[in-house]
Amino acid sequence: MTTSSSNLSRLTGLLRSTAGVLISLAFTFLGLLLVTFIIARVVPIDPVLSILGDRATEAQIEAERIRLGLDKPLWEQFGIYIWQALHGDLGVSIRTKQPVIDEIAQYFPATLELATLGTLFGVLLGVPAGVLAATKPGSLVDQFVRLVGLMGYSMPVFWLGLMGLLLFYGVLDWVGGPGRLDAAYDIMLEFEVPQRTGMILLDTALAGRWDMFFNAVSHIVLPAGILGYLSMAYISRMTRSFMMNELGQEYITTARVKGMPERRVIWVHAMKNVMVPLITVIALSYAYLLEGAVLTETIFSWPGLGSYITDALLVGDMPAVLGGTVVVGVVYIGLNMLSDLLYRFVDPRARA
Amino acid sequence: MTFSPALRRVGSAAIAALMLGAAPAALFAETPADTLVIADAIDDIVSLDPAEAYEFSGLDVVNNIYNSLIELDPTKPGELVAGLAESWSVSEDGLTHSFKMKSGLAFASGNPVTAEDAAYSLIRAVKLNKSPAFILNQFGWTADNVEQMVKAEGDTLSITTDKVYAPTFLYNCLTAGVASVVDKKLLEENAVDGDYGYAYLSDGSKSAGSGAYVIKSYKPKDAYFLEANPNAAVFKPTLAKVLMRHVPEAATQRLMLEKGDIDIARELTPVDVEGMAGNADVTVQQDVGGQIFYLSFNQKNENYKNAKFLDAMRWAIDYQAMADTFLKGSMVVHQAFLPKGYLGALEDTPYHLDVEKAKALLAESGVAEPKITLDVRNATDRMEMAQSIQNTFGQVGITVELNIGDGAEQLKRYRARQHDGTLQSWGPDYPDPQTNAGSFAWNPDNSDEGKVGTLAWRNAYDPGPLNGMTDAAVVEGDAAKRKAMYEEEQKIHRETSPFIVMFQIGYQTGRRANLSGFYTGGAIDSAAYWTVTK
Repeated sequence: MTTSSSNLSRLTGLLRSTAGVLISLAFTFLGLLLVTFIIARVVPIDPVLSILGDRATEAQIEAERIRLGLDKPLWEQFGIYIWQALHGDLGVSIRTKQPVIDEIAQYFPATLELATLGTLFGVLLGVPAGVLAATKPGSLVDQFVRLVGLMGYSMPVFWLGLMGLLLFYGVLDWVGGPGRLDAAYDIMLEFEVPQRTGMILLDTALAGRWDMFFNAVSHIVLPAGILGYLSMAYISRMTRSFMMNELGQEYITTARVKGMPERRVIWVHAMKNVMVPLITVIALSYAYLLEGAVLTETIFSWPGLGSYITDALLVGDMPAVLGGTVVVGVVYIGLNMLSDLLYRFVDPRARA
Repeated sequence: MTFSPALRRVGSAAIAALMLGAAPAALFAETPADTLVIADAIDDIVSLDPAEAYEFSGLDVVNNIYNSLIELDPTKPGELVAGLAESWSVSEDGLTHSFKMKSGLAFASGNPVTAEDAAYSLIRAVKLNKSPAFILNQFGWTADNVEQMVKAEGDTLSITTDKVYAPTFLYNCLTAGVASVVDKKLLEENAVDGDYGYAYLSDGSKSAGSGAYVIKSYKPKDAYFLEANPNAAVFKPTLAKVLMRHVPEAATQRLMLEKGDIDIARELTPVDVEGMAGNADVTVQQDVGGQIFYLSFNQKNENYKNAKFLDAMRWAIDYQAMADTFLKGSMVVHQAFLPKGYLGALEDTPYHLDVEKAKALLAESGVAEPKITLDVRNATDRMEMAQSIQNTFGQVGITVELNIGDGAEQLKRYRARQHDGTLQSWGPDYPDPQTNAGSFAWNPDNSDEGKVGTLAWRNAYDPGPLNGMTDAAVVEGDAAKRKAMYEEEQKIHRETSPFIVMFQIGYQTGRRANLSGFYTGGAIDSAAYWTVTK
């Protein structure tokens, strides 16, 4: 086989796999939109009544129904929605009358900041804890990690958040309270700091406003710590299980027989293989925090995507719910693709 | 694999950030001296345009941003004071009202406040025809005729109504948010396709008023920020800034209040209030709001036309026990359709739980083994009320089956007259007794095709003579006579209608002890921020 024909076949292969990924992406999306759309129409919440309230006359209700396009057949409403979504238009929130895309641009950075920091905590603590537990199964350390993990699984986040607030904010005064900044800074932020990313830590750092930055840190530490704890519980359990599995493999015995230092056996040889499934676990946990931090956001008055979608659902603001869902879907798909890429990076077999 | 050194670097940076971050947390333990910081659930805001705002939180903002011709004095509940108009009079035929504007007043933009602006504001609200427009439509104003009926003549605004109404009825309606006076010049400069500046005001970040404050920023479901209006003249603000933070969780509000991170917490539960007792830094302000909670029964079911049966139910509810236990502080017993604070509201509470009396009345009624399906919204306090009612009705021999569901869905059934019994709440629309009389005790067309839509209609209740009494009270010019008419009407209604009014909502507002002068607006008005000092 000549080099050029081999290149050609590699290119065709690449194109084919890219096309496959794109097609599956398109179907995933369409499926996501369809399911959410149907659920949105099946729930017994009348968006018109929830906007106009108890006093509206029949004529006002009818006019609003037409304005929102709810008088059209379902398939037509769905078609319009898909068409607009493809053009980057997620519609207008029924409740606030603002473009959904603008609202999400406001809420998503707050969630992104919180979930990223939470995941960082989860990985930094969870991975070493899991590894430590796996290398000394049955030991005190293992029992401790298991206990901490179990508590993370079983304690309701609502309770954990309130207790955390009470202790660290209410009694000890170690951290800032609910919200992203103290009131004094909240006002300054609005007028003195250019909001480039919507993430306060980044924006204040970029503006060199370190006083405000540290105030923001003091506010995010607790909610991020609580999310980090939940994420840690999951990551440490999974790391332990993956690592136990690897440590029983023959190549590990071989490395040990060859006299390789234990640290190297664990952190280099075994870890390389643990990383492959662990990346998926971390990505999923990250995605979960990005869309599932509703209760934490509520307790900490954190203006994020989770509470945005939930509030919207409760008042029947379906464009907002659908818009939020699309963004979460994109995040899931994006993180999946990212973990695919990372596989290739850590596992040479995946590059073939 | 070489990420452990990297991990170490990230880890130490994180710990450093944690330590540094924790230290300055206490720097701003108190709120700024010139700023009022409030925590409330503000996700009910639909709009901050006075022609559209119609929710509690939205109307609070409107009240502080805009002025009306006549205002309610926040320090003296129910008392009308001059707003942008310095005096007003009514013509001999009672159809035309003249409002002479104060001179020398300006909007926040610097534009002068004129009679032209006042006329424009009313016309705008009627033509935009948003939810609260009906308050103005009551005077016979429609999109087609409003320009002939509301006119500016020099420094006087002239208002004509389709028939003679009680002047207090008109004045009270003019204090509602929908009658706020907007800056015509500013809105017309920013109008798109003749929309009266509706799009301009729609994102809530801009205002066009002459009130105590102006909006500096608004982030839905997050916060709004107001700044003192330098041109404010009707009500001058004491504090330079107001920051409202959306804090939906009551326990969180309480914690922030006790820590001094906010000045006012507006959504405290009885549990929070009890927990704060003994803390000298905070105090709780109690007053009542306008919302009332009631049971009503659909008279398509003949049982509910039986006077004895209705009476049996009135004596089969443990009003006081509910108010003293799970509703403590958040509701007070109230048994008439006009909430306390309204002209003519009946404040006596003749009914209490009397199982034997109720049993006797039930026996006299002849209704055998009554069974009620009670629609209840899935909110904690309502479900608790419903369970208490189910229990005490059970003691009397009335079986209650609870149908618990989403509020909007239940509202749909209620509006379609498909319920059997329902536990509902009702908040008045404007500070005049007609708002509730016209809904609880007025239904001139009880047919299914009737387009009346009042609460009486929804329950298929024909109020008979009360229709005429409602019509007469709304045109009665003598305020004392008018009051007596509403008192009489409530008495009859309470004894004969298929409505059982049980409670009026209570506000428990937590505030820092160093702060004073905060008025929630009680039953008839919205919150005033301009009076607050600290």
